[in-house]
Amino acid sequence: MTSRNAIAPALALALAVVLAPAGATIPVVAPALVASQSEISFVSHQMGVPIDGRFRKFDAQVQFDPNAPQKGRFLIDVDVTSVSLPTSDAMEEVVKPAWFNSRNFPAAQFASTAIRTIDNGHYEISGRLTIKGQSQDVVVPVAITQSAGLTTAAGEIVLHRLAFAIGDGEWRDTSVVADNVEVKFRLVLTGIAPL
Amino acid sequence: MADGQTPAGVPVEPVKRYTDMAIALHWLLALAILAAFCVGLYMADLKLSPTRIRLFNWHKWAGISILVLSALRLAWRLTHRPPPEPAYLPAWQRRLAGGVHHLLYLMFFFVPIAGWAHSSAAGFPVVWFGVIHLPDLVGPDKQLAETLGDVHAALAFTLAGLVLLHVAGALQHRFILKDDIVQRMLPGRRPQGKAEGRT
Repeated sequence: MTSRNAIAPALALALAVVLAPAGATIPVVAPALVASQSEISFVSHQMGVPIDGRFRKFDAQVQFDPNAPQKGRFLIDVDVTSVSLPTSDAMEEVVKPAWFNSRNFPAAQFASTAIRTIDNGHYEISGRLTIKGQSQDVVVPVAITQSAGLTTAAGEIVLHRLAFAIGDGEWRDTSVVADNVEVKFRLVLTGIAPL
Repeated sequence: MADGQTPAGVPVEPVKRYTDMAIALHWLLALAILAAFCVGLYMADLKLSPTRIRLFNWHKWAGISILVLSALRLAWRLTHRPPPEPAYLPAWQRRLAGGVHHLLYLMFFFVPIAGWAHSSAAGFPVVWFGVIHLPDLVGPDKQLAETLGDVHAALAFTLAGLVLLHVAGALQHRFILKDDIVQRMLPGRRPQGKAEGRT
């Protein structure tokens, strides 16, 4: 650990104390998601045609110390009912039992189990992804960047929809809807110590 | 006009035919347009299902193929003069046939381009045969998508009407006037021995 890395959080805390209004408690520097700047989107493919979708509601509980990344933890909860697709047809279809079955499975979750450092700012986060009651172990490459006091964790992972029984029955035909779904995420967080 | 009175009579000179390429393109496009039109009619009101997605994409692939083949056909047509219409046809019939041909060619381009633009506006890019990503002609816009869908349908029905006129004309020549005009565009048999009309 470099001395600079050790000093910066202390400075941040000192600054927070100085700036805190009189009578206010000292703010606890805990990571929090800036939902308005964060994004979880995906691209599925219908006979080669990319179809963009995204989830409008999700939350993240993060513990991450750049000085000890292996001790970090990412817990991401996605409100599956907040899914957004380009057409009203698709919006009506995707909540049905053959797809997300979002009445019975309104939440999807990613819970990290291990974080491995690749190089400065790049990590491999292993974890368990649960969608529609089906769990899969996944490894997610994540790039962490910082600017203006905000930390952005971004990455992309290819999921296989059939592993989660998303698009069951007549929709299993991958020549119509591809098995591969590219999921992209950008989580903007406050309260992470400088890299 | 005296010649018009004897349409059943065999023309003095042998029938000049379209080139093999022109004949091949004519019939290939006839089949493709008929198929695309029928699929288009059937699929429009289907509920979302794998069948609907398949038909929509096949329809789009067919439409782009028709566009490409029509461009090729137009280039061929402009560089290979078709056989002249027999002189015994009244001028108004020649003008009518020519007018229908011109409008047909316009529709070969307008119908697919309107469909392509409709797809772009609806937010679905066209991926030809599921492989070749074509550029979007317009940005996604629900209102515009609806308008372009109507335009595409109106143009397609216009094309269908022109095809009916064209076919009616051909049938009239074949079975009422009993002349050889239709033979110019029929594949296969080459009457009168020599490979006339081949270019």
